Amino acid sequence: MRRQLPLAICFVMGISMVVQFFIPHRVSQEFYRTILDWYRIVFAFSLVLGTGTLIKVHWAKISKKSKGWQYSIITIGGLVFMLTVGFITGIQEGTLFMKVFEFVEVPLEATMFSLLAFYIASAAYRAFRARTVEATLLLIAAVVLMLGRIPFGYYLWHKIPGIAEWILTNPNMAAKRGIVIGVGLGMISTALKIILGIERSYIGGGK
Amino acid sequence: MNLSLDPWVWLAALLTLCIYSFLYKDNPFYKAAEHLFVGLSAGYFLVIYWYNAVYPDMVVPLFKQGKLLCIIPGLLGLFFFFRFIPKVGWVSRWSIAFYIGVGAGMSIPATMQMRILEQMKGTMQPFFSLETWHIFVENPSLASFGALIGIPLMIVGVMCTLSYFFFSREHKGVLGGMSRIGIIFLMIGFGASFGYTVMARISLLIGRVQFLMSDWLGVID
Amino acid sequence: MNLEKLMRIDRRLIFLLIALAVIFPLLFPIGLPTHLSKPVQDTFNAVDSIPPDGPPLMLSIDYDPAAMPELYPMTLAILRHCFSRNIRVLILTLHRAGPGIGEMATTRIAKEYGKKEGEDYVYLGFKPGFGAVILRMGEDIHGAFLTDYYNRPIGEIPMMREIHNYDDIPLVICLSAAAIPELWMMYAGSRYHQTIAAGVTAVSAADYYPFLQTDQLVGLIGGLKGASEYEKLVNELEERLGVDKKRKESLSKEEYEKLQVSHSKASAGMDSQSIAHLVIIAFIVIGNVAYFAQRRKKR
Repeated sequence: MRRQLPLAICFVMGISMVVQFFIPHRVSQEFYRTILDWYRIVFAFSLVLGTGTLIKVHWAKISKKSKGWQYSIITIGGLVFMLTVGFITGIQEGTLFMKVFEFVEVPLEATMFSLLAFYIASAAYRAFRARTVEATLLLIAAVVLMLGRIPFGYYLWHKIPGIAEWILTNPNMAAKRGIVIGVGLGMISTALKIILGIERSYIGGGK
Repeated sequence: MNLSLDPWVWLAALLTLCIYSFLYKDNPFYKAAEHLFVGLSAGYFLVIYWYNAVYPDMVVPLFKQGKLLCIIPGLLGLFFFFRFIPKVGWVSRWSIAFYIGVGAGMSIPATMQMRILEQMKGTMQPFFSLETWHIFVENPSLASFGALIGIPLMIVGVMCTLSYFFFSREHKGVLGGMSRIGIIFLMIGFGASFGYTVMARISLLIGRVQFLMSDWLGVID
Repeated sequence: MNLEKLMRIDRRLIFLLIALAVIFPLLFPIGLPTHLSKPVQDTFNAVDSIPPDGPPLMLSIDYDPAAMPELYPMTLAILRHCFSRNIRVLILTLHRAGPGIGEMATTRIAKEYGKKEGEDYVYLGFKPGFGAVILRMGEDIHGAFLTDYYNRPIGEIPMMREIHNYDDIPLVICLSAAAIPELWMMYAGSRYHQTIAAGVTAVSAADYYPFLQTDQLVGLIGGLKGASEYEKLVNELEERLGVDKKRKESLSKEEYEKLQVSHSKASAGMDSQSIAHLVIIAFIVIGNVAYFAQRRKKR
């Protein structure tokens, strides 16, 4: 029952959502709208779950005084601060909540991802080797694209931007289309396996 | 130089430099900034979910408008948290099953339409076009040659790329030859993506440097 | 040249070189002009074809702060385009980090152009659920968003009285660093035949060309280069419409110049982009030359 009922729920909901796509009747459409509204609410709760896990992990680190437990105080402190400020001041432009978002969270996240620029430069020097024909093709296409997308490329040879655009709209497009179709077939087969109960990993282990 | 007097800008700049200190080596400033980001993000998201989703979509309809049907998604949502109680953790499976089932059902017709049928339709073009042939003959150039071979190249590319991903048969003979051509197309595609990725990463750095040099230090406009 | 040393160069030196490659062109601008690409021009034309004070453009701001350097200039340029032409805008976000960014962009540009919330634009805020929200809006936007971002019941907003679903929306532009434009095409495009354009980071731009060819996307703005192209088109439009002239007359010289700089933020970064690309290409070439020379030496 503990495993059968969830499989049955998944099957019924999955088949209903597929079938309603083809039924324009008022009852079908009303059912469809209701399920979409419920889905959004359930989805919101599922995202909150991640925060619960975060608190659990960091709280355990603090209570056991594991390595780096002092940093976990910063994490929990930041979480509590944002919750308090958010619920007291609201979320409009000009509130303390939005100020902290704009001047603390945005710079931190943007800067963390900008570190990748340095790592890609390091990788370009140390790792990108034209060892095989395929790797050489990859590097040639990359270099042509890099030159084609900057103003300097035009001044180097006026046809470079055109060649870069041709690569994007022809061989690149063909390869990416193959991937899109392949991924699409994979997505449909996975979704069918989930609905039919062949794929059950989402239930987890145990009884 | 026109240093900013805004304490918020100074705070943003100092946190930026804390993260960049990692490029020299890992240090407590970087670790503290990283953990601060994780905590603040989690708190930010919870507040946003409350104001934008949970309160207007569930609390108001249920408690202020008397729409009792909202109890069902509310309960399903709360069942997720049973995961944290080992004895009754199995209750969360109902919520997961609902969520996964609806998502899977929703996606099947849409994926078929968008990723398969439309893309196949886009591939079904005349292999050879008399129009582009005439243009090339009248005005031979790199551009007109590119236009002439574009469609046949696209059709061959899509077929060969798909044949590379067909793993049910060994890649020998005709299939082997086609998948080899498919690899060439894939390498060109990945090369294009790599070129663009370099551009993206550099852009992220440019954004931060613009902030530091313009908003904070005031050495550029 | 000692090839061993060249191959094992301290990576912090590489970091320093790339930092200098970005910093110097910002300090000493070269000013190379940007050339337009067809996908960006198509996006611009699609927005421009919307009649003023008519059905709104739907702008979905679906990215987090990590993608702001590329996508925020695009967001501002599109809003400026709409407000210059008096095109109404319906702004929302499906990404949980989007609300703050949407609020920042919308209030800033609306204030600059004197636009009124509720009449010239509506900011609906965030809704979780991705595909479910997109599908729900196809049936009824008022059902998907019961209130706007500021908690005003959507039925009470003047602009929203005539807008119910995608039949009332001529164009959706999705700005995203993830695969959200694909969800728009999958749900709004397939089921409701909604016209869609996308603004994406350069990482994923190459992946969207199959959808451009099938017209599932009518236009595509890719990365910082795409943002600079769109900025250029909007600046030219404002000159043609006389918006720029009115601004020059109503503002002080300092305020006007500051605004001009903010209207070309993406373009200002293209010089750094050029030099950094050349440095990376040089790294690839030098790295490969050293590698093959060393390999030949070993043989």
